[in-house]
Amino acid sequence: MTTTESAPTTTPLSRRPDDAVVGAALHHEAAALHVTGQALYTDDLVGRLPAVLHAHPVQAQVAHARIARLDVSPAHDVPGVVRVLTAADVPGVNDAGVKHDEPLFPDEIMYHGHAVCWVLGETLEAARRGAAAVVVEYDELPAVVTVEEAIAAESFQGARPTLRRGDAANALADAEHVLTGTTAFAGQEHFYLETHCSLAQVDESGQVFVQASTQHPTETQEIVAHVLGVPSHAVTVQCLRMGGGFGGKEMQPHGLAAVAALGATLTGRPVRVRLTRAQDMSMTGKRHGFHATWRVGFDRDGLLAGLEATLTSDGGWSLDLSEPVLSRALCHIDNAYWIPALTVHGRIARTNKTSQTAFRGFGGPQGMLVIEDILGRCAPLLGLDPAELRRRNLYREGQTTPYGQPVRHAERLAAVWDQVSASAGLIARRAEIDRWNAAHPRAKRGIAITPVKFGISFNFTTFNQAGALVHVYKDGSVLINHGGTEMGQGLHTKMLQVAATALGVPLARVRLAPTRTDKVPNTSATAASAGADLNGGAIKDACEQILGRLAPVRASLRDGGAPDASWEELVAAAYHQRVQLWAAGFYKTEGLSWDAATMTGSPFKYFAYGAAVAEVEVDGFTGASTTRRVDIVHDVGDSLSPLVDVGQIEGGFVQGAGWLTLEDLRWDESTGPGRGRLTTNAASTYKIPSLSEMPEVFNVTLLERAHEDGVVYGSKAVGEPPLMLAFSVREALRDACAAFGPPGRPVELASPATPEAVYWALSAAREAS
Amino acid sequence: MNSVVVNGVARSLAGVPPHTNALDFLRAGGLTGAKEGCAEGECGACSVLVARPAPDGSDTTEWTAVNACLAPAAALGGQEVVTAEGLGTPDALHPVQRELAVRGGSQCGYCTPGFVCSMAAEYYRAGRADDAGTPGGHRGANGFDLHAIGGNLCRCTGYRPIRDAAYALDQPAAGDALAARRTAPPPAAAAAELRDHEAAYLRPGTLAEALALLDEPGAVVVAGSTDWGVEVNLRGRRATTMVAVDRLPELRGFDLTATELRIGAALTLTEIERRLAGRVPLLAALMPQFASRLIRNSATLGGNLGTGSPIGDSAPVLLALEASLVLVSAAGERTVPLAGYFTGYRASVRRPDELIREVVVPLPASPLTAFHKIAKRPFDDISSVAAGFAIDVADGVVRRARIGLGGVAATPIRALATEAALEGRPWTADTVDEAAAAMAGEGTPISDQRSSADYRVAMLGQALRKLYVEAVPA
Repeated sequence: MTTTESAPTTTPLSRRPDDAVVGAALHHEAAALHVTGQALYTDDLVGRLPAVLHAHPVQAQVAHARIARLDVSPAHDVPGVVRVLTAADVPGVNDAGVKHDEPLFPDEIMYHGHAVCWVLGETLEAARRGAAAVVVEYDELPAVVTVEEAIAAESFQGARPTLRRGDAANALADAEHVLTGTTAFAGQEHFYLETHCSLAQVDESGQVFVQASTQHPTETQEIVAHVLGVPSHAVTVQCLRMGGGFGGKEMQPHGLAAVAALGATLTGRPVRVRLTRAQDMSMTGKRHGFHATWRVGFDRDGLLAGLEATLTSDGGWSLDLSEPVLSRALCHIDNAYWIPALTVHGRIARTNKTSQTAFRGFGGPQGMLVIEDILGRCAPLLGLDPAELRRRNLYREGQTTPYGQPVRHAERLAAVWDQVSASAGLIARRAEIDRWNAAHPRAKRGIAITPVKFGISFNFTTFNQAGALVHVYKDGSVLINHGGTEMGQGLHTKMLQVAATALGVPLARVRLAPTRTDKVPNTSATAASAGADLNGGAIKDACEQILGRLAPVRASLRDGGAPDASWEELVAAAYHQRVQLWAAGFYKTEGLSWDAATMTGSPFKYFAYGAAVAEVEVDGFTGASTTRRVDIVHDVGDSLSPLVDVGQIEGGFVQGAGWLTLEDLRWDESTGPGRGRLTTNAASTYKIPSLSEMPEVFNVTLLERAHEDGVVYGSKAVGEPPLMLAFSVREALRDACAAFGPPGRPVELASPATPEAVYWALSAAREAS
Repeated sequence: MNSVVVNGVARSLAGVPPHTNALDFLRAGGLTGAKEGCAEGECGACSVLVARPAPDGSDTTEWTAVNACLAPAAALGGQEVVTAEGLGTPDALHPVQRELAVRGGSQCGYCTPGFVCSMAAEYYRAGRADDAGTPGGHRGANGFDLHAIGGNLCRCTGYRPIRDAAYALDQPAAGDALAARRTAPPPAAAAAELRDHEAAYLRPGTLAEALALLDEPGAVVVAGSTDWGVEVNLRGRRATTMVAVDRLPELRGFDLTATELRIGAALTLTEIERRLAGRVPLLAALMPQFASRLIRNSATLGGNLGTGSPIGDSAPVLLALEASLVLVSAAGERTVPLAGYFTGYRASVRRPDELIREVVVPLPASPLTAFHKIAKRPFDDISSVAAGFAIDVADGVVRRARIGLGGVAATPIRALATEAALEGRPWTADTVDEAAAAMAGEGTPISDQRSSADYRVAMLGQALRKLYVEAVPA
């Protein structure tokens, strides 16, 4: 609070006024700019600055090596080359991360594609040719490429947490059924359509201004500052918007911004760093692939009795966000299920690959995939329909997670499950599909239902804070600024709605200014689905401070015979009465606790719930499949912005289905000269979902009467949870594969379940007959 | 003709380096709506509209969406281009823009201008009105063919609102200037050249001039630039001379008779598709699976065969159809059977001084045909295995079998052992099983990032069985 005059106008965070602007189904606030090509992204600004220099990396073509010799002088013979940036140019700390294990200019190459140095040119073509002229000689070192190799070599990094409840060994000893298995699955490339881009310039006082495609402007600012050896106040980072982020721009932009800033300070000219798709894919981190071994026990009713598991994530060459990703994976291995006793070990493989990082779900999907794979594989062995097995094991009210947090609103799991079962006609379609399959030997359909429970808040309590700046101008117009970034998720749309609701003004009176670190400092990443919760809380706080100061003004106008003064008249009067018309808002999530050492506490404000039913058809000749229909019921609380939320659910679902069925990261695992190279480093070799992968029928319903106490206007986060609804597609594929063989047999399905993987799975089912 | 009309305003190409692509040229001029997403024609974020000859061969114009990242800027000389900025403004949205905006069709917005242009091309497609009223498959009740936007990737929305926007479009209103433009002839394909100290982009006006230019050392023939553009953008390839042949009349013939189909090598796949109108079923089966509409709008058969790629999708089909190529040089013409054309990985019998002038397909084709493409995605993907079949069954006996394969050897190949295992045999499941076993032994499949060798072999073994079950003789 910035004033002692605040009147008690603060309302409970979740209470929504009758005439709220939140809850209206608005399209994206920038949609008209998007569709007309007027929306500006960082690289679109290059032509608006004079004399911009372009940067191009020199990428190592080995997976692991010491740099024996670096000779940049041939680059200077290339016309148009202005400067080559190397470690010797760094005035501050030569590191691009917060863990100090990511040298910006390395002397040891840690992965194929690692940037050795950067060439600045008058044109991108000059920089490219200059980079090709740089001579680098290597002393090669042995490279660890796969997780399995890392496990064998005991190549690990960072913390090795264990999540524990009860005595799992004992529970397994007493269990009716005990099953073991291994579940290994691939990572995922973000493939935001806009590749990484930073544009840096320096003013007359040495102030550095970096425009970057970043989800975390404050951390970009901090890394730029430490590379340059200057305080944070000498660096400003702005993000107009991103062409997609998905977590890939949470930590990965920092080093690239630092290169641009370093170049700008050394040359005095603006410097642009924009990665090509191949550079982006070969240099920046991805979703972690995991390898899991497990032993699970069930009682005679198919209820989970105990679980022992070891999860090994493929961290790549440096830690970056691997530790919190692993924490979230462990905290989500239960997904929506009560597991009375468990012991789950986690560890992070160090491999000679890109440094794997945040990606929508942040380890949650990986943990949940393990338990869903377990249930999908074990159901036939238990003699249960997978849907029945899952339904029986859902959390009930009063139960707690393995880390000790009560599962608030556990009844909503059953609610979304039952609602989507009914709206999808699950029982009738199950029978219909069985009939269809009996009549079609060469193609099979499958159907599956899976639930999602996803914890909302940053696991690390400190990050759950946000700031905002709200200006009311003399004419009554409102300008808001907050610490969150816009990457397509509709955060700005929601924040405009929150401000209009809080102030009680029409939406058109509110405008939003770009995210920048000199407006709102010390922000957290726009991540963990928490952008609207946190920044919405901060905006509401700022608005209520202003309303508090306006209340006496309103009273004075009423006393003066003007009881119906308009907002504009009120604001004008307040100005004349010398009342502050702007405020800085702040919000922190209450009630969180987390002990990373014991992996216990209540790290999440609440859980988001959802359930999906998916139906697929598989071609028995090729393994190719189509997704015929998807039904979703999802809990977003009382939606702040229904069109935005449905868009997040649909988009997250399709992105999750891409991870699970299509997107196939391949590294060269041979011992040849290309060892460690990402062979799927382009749109032509790495396939994300296209129109043809969209479910043919796609019904998304928001759970009604889903008010969430303690969250801004009763809403819930929506960015990440829907991604995991896509497990239903994978389980439906498993169901279809099983239909090629005799009933009651388990189906093992590789992930991603590409047509090839599905073909091998259905072939195995066939051969069992 | 070293200028181009963009959104109604002439922009000079003078001083533009010849290897500059149209996207970079437009963006450097301040039109930053079109974006680079992949620089290889796979994502469509760079899609813009170009006024092209109507694909049906009439002397009218079709607004055609192309990947600006692949087209050389020089190829725009004398042409008319419309970008997302030119279609509408935030205060006066084009119908396509309005539907996308209000339905939540944009989230991050980066792919959106490209979607807008691809959708606008279909919005203005002259034949769309005729297709209206029969929704189904990938077609809306308004005649909108979703394949028009199959080459555009969106990472945010999951596509449903984009599809809904596409299906909500009306026909262009009276007075729509871009709709009116269609009825006039397209811009002429004038001779042009663009040079700097390193390279030249040359568009000769006649075949003779083009053939003379092939003698220049380092000359590269370009038509749609859908392969060459990728080489330039991703692999840094540069040529001293690029010879544009895409508008040479001698390479743009089309003739379909009862006994023969002759396709000019520089016709785009879209033009071929429209002019055939399904009259050669195997080619009709190929077209929707060949890359994407954005690529088909520029790519040519000559280019697909000229690069000699082992995974080009047209070769397996044309091998099954027993096509021949007419090669032309300053010394004259010769006709080469496609089956004898490929000599090794991206190598052929075509001499450097020769152009592919046309593709000749004998007709009628065998009645039982199919095209199988094995890929991760059914559309807008590159095949791991492709197979074209043309089989003639009479009185229950296989009279003739021609099978072309891609992706299983260094070149596209004919499945000769399989053909032999079929011909003269009864068209039964037993014969098919035996022939399928032979087919599993065709070629020398390898493992790569697209699929394993084992899967390729398995798919070879399955293809004939799938054909037997699914194909219906015409």
